Amino acid sequence: QNSGLQRMTFFFLIEDIITKMQDDKTGGVPIRTVKSFLSKIPSVVTGTDVVQWLMKNLSIEDPVEAIHLGSLIAAQGYIFPISDHVLTMKDDGTFYRFQAPYFWPSNCWEPENTDYAIYLCKRTMQNKARLELADYEAENLARLQRAFARKWEFIFMQAEAQVKIDRKKDKTERKILDSQERAFWDVHRPVPGCVNTTEMDIRKCRRLKNPQKVKKSVYGVTEESQSQSPVHVLSQPIRKTTKEDIRKQITFLNAQIDRHCLKMSKVAESLIAYTEQYMEYDPLITPAEPSNPWISDDVALWDIEMSKEPSQQRVKRWGFSFDEILKDQVGRDQFLRFLESEFSSENLRFWLAVQDLKKQPLQDVAKRVEEIWQEFLAPGAPSAINLDSHSYEITSQNVKDGGRYTFEDAQEHIYKLMKSDSYARFLRSNAYQDLLLAKKKPESEQGRRTSLEKFTRSVMHKSTTRITGLIMEIMGA
Amino acid sequence: MCDQTFLVNVFGSCDKCFKQRALRPVFKKSQQLSYCSTCAEIMATEGLRENETLASLKSEAESLKGKLEEERAKLHDVELHQVAERVEALGQFVMKTRRTLKGHGNKVLCMDWCKDKRRIVSSSQEHAVTMPCTWVMACAYAPSGCAIACGGLDNKCSVYPLTFDKNENMAAKKKSVAMHTNYLSACSFTNSDMQILTASGDGTCALWDVESGQLLQSFHGHGADVLCLDLAPSETGNTFVSGGCDKKAMVWDMRSGQCVQAFETHESDINSVRYYPSGDAFASGSDDATCRLYDLRADREVAIYSKESIIFGASSVDFSLSGRLLFAGYNDYTINVWDVLKGSRVSILFGHENRVSTLRVSPDGTAFCSGSWDHTLRVRDGGRWAF
Repeated sequence: QNSGLQRMTFFFLIEDIITKMQDDKTGGVPIRTVKSFLSKIPSVVTGTDVVQWLMKNLSIEDPVEAIHLGSLIAAQGYIFPISDHVLTMKDDGTFYRFQAPYFWPSNCWEPENTDYAIYLCKRTMQNKARLELADYEAENLARLQRAFARKWEFIFMQAEAQVKIDRKKDKTERKILDSQERAFWDVHRPVPGCVNTTEMDIRKCRRLKNPQKVKKSVYGVTEESQSQSPVHVLSQPIRKTTKEDIRKQITFLNAQIDRHCLKMSKVAESLIAYTEQYMEYDPLITPAEPSNPWISDDVALWDIEMSKEPSQQRVKRWGFSFDEILKDQVGRDQFLRFLESEFSSENLRFWLAVQDLKKQPLQDVAKRVEEIWQEFLAPGAPSAINLDSHSYEITSQNVKDGGRYTFEDAQEHIYKLMKSDSYARFLRSNAYQDLLLAKKKPESEQGRRTSLEKFTRSVMHKSTTRITGLIMEIMGA
Repeated sequence: MCDQTFLVNVFGSCDKCFKQRALRPVFKKSQQLSYCSTCAEIMATEGLRENETLASLKSEAESLKGKLEEERAKLHDVELHQVAERVEALGQFVMKTRRTLKGHGNKVLCMDWCKDKRRIVSSSQEHAVTMPCTWVMACAYAPSGCAIACGGLDNKCSVYPLTFDKNENMAAKKKSVAMHTNYLSACSFTNSDMQILTASGDGTCALWDVESGQLLQSFHGHGADVLCLDLAPSETGNTFVSGGCDKKAMVWDMRSGQCVQAFETHESDINSVRYYPSGDAFASGSDDATCRLYDLRADREVAIYSKESIIFGASSVDFSLSGRLLFAGYNDYTINVWDVLKGSRVSILFGHENRVSTLRVSPDGTAFCSGSWDHTLRVRDGGRWAF
C-alpha cells in the first residue's frame, strides 16, 4: 500500500521502453559512433530516430505527441542531448545518448549538495573545453563555496580523488561517462527555468518505501552529518487489519451480493440516451446560442439565462426529467404557479421547505423542523400534505429528535407523488405548452395537433437547424 | 437447535445468570458447569466467534468476493464502446485557450468555479486577492459566491467571506471549520453555504456545520489517504464519492456515514473522481495512467480510458455538460479529451509547461479551466468542429 512502489512501477515502465529502444535485435534505434572534425562522437542516436521509434512502437500517430513524450523521458533522466544542459527532445539530427543504469531515477537518488559541490569542483580541475562550467553552474559553485566554507578542504580532496579515478579510464569511455554524469546533474540540479522532475507531489512523499534509508552519495562519500530526508520521518505506521475490519467487510460484501444490479446492455443504453439528449445543450459540443461568451466576449448568453424569460430550449429541458424542472429556478416558479392554479401547491412547497431545512446551520435546524411540522403535517396544518399512515408515523417519531433528516421519508414520498402526478400534468398543461412553443415561427395550421406532436415537431425543428448550421460551417459561410 | 428435544437433568439455579431454570451440563475449560438453555446457546455462539481466526475470516471474505464477481459477471453481456458504435463520431476537436491567468509565483494545486460561471478561485489567488493560506491543496467556492473554503498542510479547512474591498484583510475574518489529523486533500460545499464536506490524508472524509464548526458525520473505510471527493448531482440525493491512495473509489451515504458501494480496479492512487452529469456513474483519474468510468447501477467499471503512449498519472478529471466528453489533466503536462461512450481519445491539448494538477468544467459547460505546477491557469473554450 505505498506510493514508493507506484513510483518504482512508473520508472520500470519507462525503463522498459528505454531498454527496448536500445535493443538492436528487436528493431531498436541505431546507436552509432559519429565522426566529427578530428574526433569521434561515441554511442549516439538522433532525435529523429528516437521520435520515429516512439511513433512506431507506442502507436503514436502525431509526431508532436512523440516529441513531447521523448522530451519527458529526457527530462526524467533516461536520455539526453550531448550538447545541451536543457533536457528536451527534438525531431531532427541532434545527437542524444542513453543514460547509464547507475544513474537511473529508479535507484532513488537524492544527491546532497556536498556531492554536487564535489562534482562542480572536479570539473574546474580538468582542463577540458567540454567540461567548462556554464554560467549558472559557476554561480552554483560560488554559492556552495560560501555555504561549505568550513569543509571546503574536504570537498576539494574528494574532487581530486575523483579526478584521479577518472584519469584511469579509457578516453572514449570517459567521454561517455562524463556526459552521463553531467546529464544526471541536469536532472537533480536543473538549469534555472527548467522543470525539476524530481519534485514530488507532497501528498505522496510520506509513503515512500525505505523511510529509514540513509541517502547514498554519488561519489561514495560517507559523513556522520548525513541527514535523513525530513519527509521520510513523517511516514505513518500501517494499521493492521483486525478481525472487526474483516467482519465489516463480510457484512458489506453480503449487502453487495443482495443488491439488484442492471445488465451492462441496459446501462449502456441509458448512458447513451442521456448523453444524446443533452448534447445539444453542451456548449463544448454544440455551439451555444447566441454565442459562447468565452469566444465572443459577449455575455448575452448569461444575461438571457438570468432573465425571467426562459428560452424554448430551456423550457424543453424541463420536460427531460423531474429533477430538471426542480433545479431550474424559473422552472420551479412556473411549476409552482401551475400548482397554485390547481390549489395543490402544498406538496411542492413542502418539498422546497425540506430542501431548505437541509441547508440550515445546525443551530437553526430544530426551529425549522417545528415550523415545517406545523405548516404541513400537524393536525389542522394550513398546508396539509397527504402522506400515507406509515410515512406519517415515521415522520412524527422523527420530529421528536428534530434533526436535519426528519422529513427524508416524507420528502421521498412527496417527490414520487409529484413526479407521477403533478409533473406529468404540468407537461401536458397549456401553461407549459405555451412556453414551449412561445418563440416558434408561425406554421401553417393543419387542424389541431396533440401536445405530443407539437413536442416532437419542436425537437425535429431544432435538429434540422443544427445540421444546417454545421453544413454552413463546412462551406465556410 | 430449537427443535431438538431437551433432556432435563436438573432444575435449579443457572451458574451464569442465576435464574431458576432447567439446566444442562456445560464444559468450560474442562470444568463442568450447569447452564440454562439460553446461556448455553450464548456460550456456543461466543465460542464459535472466538474460534474464528483472522485467516478463516479472510478466506470467508475472499470467497464472498469471488461470489460477488461471479454475480456481476453474469450481467456483463456487452461493452459500452460496442453499443456506442452506432453513435455518431465526434470528429476533430479544436480548442483554444481564451484566458491565461498567471499566478503569483506559486504552483496551482487546486481551483474551483463560482456558480456565476465567471469567477475562479485557485490555490494562488481569487480575483486579484492572494489566498491567505500558505500551502493550499484544496479550495472551493460557496454556492452563494460570497465565501471560499480552503485548506491543506495546516490539516484544516477554513472559510473566508469574500470582500471586494482591497483594503480589508481576508485572513482576519477567517473561520476554522474542519480539523483533521493530516493534510486536507479536498473540500466542497454541499448545496448550501452552511455545510462543508472534506477529505483528508488521515484516511477519512467528514461533513461539517460551518457556523458552529461541529462535525456532523464522519466517513471511515478508506485504508489510506483520501485524495478526492465529489458530491452527487441529484436534487434529492445525499451521496458522494471519494477516491484514495488505497486504489478504492467509495460511494457514501451522507446521512448514515456508511459506504454503500466500493470499486477497486485501479492499480494505483485515485487522484480525482467526478460524477457523470446524470449521477448514475462517475469517472476517476489515477496514477496508473488510466481514467475509468464506473456505473452505480451495474456496480462495476464500464469503461477504461488509456493509451500505450500515456504513461504518466492522471491528476484531475471532469465531464462536459452532456457527459459525452471527459477532460483529464495529466502529470505529463497535457490534457487528454476522451469520448466517454466510444472510449477513444478525441484530442490532446498541450500548453502547460509542468504537471496539470487541477481541471474543472465551468458550471454551465461553456469552458473549462486547468491549473498547473507551471503557475498558470488556462481557460479553454468549446470546440469548433471540423470534419
